[in-house]
Amino acid sequence: MSKVIENLRYSKDHEWVRIEGDLAYVGITDHAQQELGEIVFVELPPLGERYRKGEEISTVESVKAASAIINPIEGVVKEANEDLDGSPELINEDCYTHHLYILTSFSEDDYGELLDAEAYQSYLETL
Amino acid sequence: MIYPYIPHTDEDRKIMLEAIGLSSMEELFSGLSEDILLSDSVPISQGRTEDEVQRMIDSIAQRNVRGIPFLGCGCYDHIVPSTVEALSSLPSFVTAYTPYQAEMSQGLLQAIYEFQSMVCEITSMDVANASLYDGANAATEAASLMVSAKRHASVVLVSSTIHPFTLQVLQTWAKGTGRTLRLVAEKDGVVDLSLLPSLLDVDCAGLIVQSPNRYGLLESYEGVAEILHEQKALLAISNDPLSLAMQKSPGEWGADVAIGDTQSLGLPLAYGGPSCGYMAVKEALLRKLPGRLVGMSEDAKGRKGFTLTFQAREQHIKRERATSNICSNHALAALMTTIHLSSLGWDGMVEAANQSYAKAHYLAYHLAQLPGMTLVWDKPFWCEFPLVFSDPKRLRKFMQELRNEGIFAGVRLSTLTRQVKDELVLLVAVTEKRSREELELYLAAARRVMK
Repeated sequence: MSKVIENLRYSKDHEWVRIEGDLAYVGITDHAQQELGEIVFVELPPLGERYRKGEEISTVESVKAASAIINPIEGVVKEANEDLDGSPELINEDCYTHHLYILTSFSEDDYGELLDAEAYQSYLETL
Repeated sequence: MIYPYIPHTDEDRKIMLEAIGLSSMEELFSGLSEDILLSDSVPISQGRTEDEVQRMIDSIAQRNVRGIPFLGCGCYDHIVPSTVEALSSLPSFVTAYTPYQAEMSQGLLQAIYEFQSMVCEITSMDVANASLYDGANAATEAASLMVSAKRHASVVLVSSTIHPFTLQVLQTWAKGTGRTLRLVAEKDGVVDLSLLPSLLDVDCAGLIVQSPNRYGLLESYEGVAEILHEQKALLAISNDPLSLAMQKSPGEWGADVAIGDTQSLGLPLAYGGPSCGYMAVKEALLRKLPGRLVGMSEDAKGRKGFTLTFQAREQHIKRERATSNICSNHALAALMTTIHLSSLGWDGMVEAANQSYAKAHYLAYHLAQLPGMTLVWDKPFWCEFPLVFSDPKRLRKFMQELRNEGIFAGVRLSTLTRQVKDELVLLVAVTEKRSREELELYLAAARRVMK
């Protein structure tokens, strides 16, 4: 059973988004981290670049597979989580504390279209 | 008549057809429409016996002309120690294909690991892969890497002095992937890098250059990496790896990618192949490196062992999103290069490179004194140089007369490029394998023809 927490928004590609002021934190969900297994590498996106919703923004490699991270809302990369550079396993330990990157000038509309915790939970049950 | 490669007799076929309730082969194929069936028998002559075929092939082989080769253009006649063939033909190496159950094949993995280590040492780069098909293939992989490393970039700058065949393969790559190649023109036989700032824009992912270049001339890349890096573009340098015993390495020029073909390191001429490509990168590009890598590790009992690692871009990991579909490698050719380098050592490699240099320069110096041919560009070269003739008839006569004396004088560049401007250019390659006597024979013949 994977963990879904309140007050986050979710994409069907299993990314979560948390808004703090004018910043949007993006990470992968507990479901995604469980599916991937032991994570060995996180490719961090380049700073200052604008990514659209649905665009491949980075890659997470596990012992099992290399999976694309699909950017859930449009925005400009303000910061990538450097902690993951040497310690990608942090995502396995707590995927909701350790974000992948932070977006600025993000799209409110895209954010509005994401699933809330309840809807994402229901979506997971259909998988 | 029993056919050795077709095990079924007429009786076998009859039994099989009966088992599925049919009476003839025609009935088995009755579902196929008439228009795709052959109406006549296939026009192939009667078979020949093994002995007859052997004689036929031998008689064709007899027509080959033997001679002292001064031929190069990417494929060179260097001395190869007998250790290379003796060790690389061990059945345990020859019969081992790409290691699918990788860790079972510790010997093969160790050989690949040694290959990677040697490539890194020669090129002064951080990490090399397990090899690629050949030098041209390595160039396309460098182009792919550049494009994947810079977002929204789809243009690759290519020096117009790279090997004509490499350029052709890159053009095929560009056509197939929808990328654009932008050629950097040459000046006086080398790439004109003063054009770089005007050609470089945000769409450019990087630049591919080659030294020695298609004329055998050495190029300087002072400050080039810096100009490219300002635009987040990468620099890939292709070399004859043996020349790196004498000239500045890609790492020393600040390149991001080092590529080339290892033919000059232990591989036979073999009519131009198969060869083996290499590719090495700076550590920052590790995850973009195509193909496979072998790493050194420890097993559960703390013993040294070798493993396949970092196949991040390959299709069995990334499926349809794979950015490289190079998955096998030329393990046997790479092994030959590894044994060759192990036999020579660094000192032996420097010796081979130095001797090639000295002998090529001896021949070039004396040929340049003759009328009707010049070393047109005053540029440094290593083991191959471009002789430019005053007219094409003299060039053909020169080649023919030397051939009559058992000497292959060189390669006409136009046979590779099909360009009129190259019709007067003869590329002459001299390796450490050419003896003093052979050089004098060449010079004596040349003096007779060109007097």
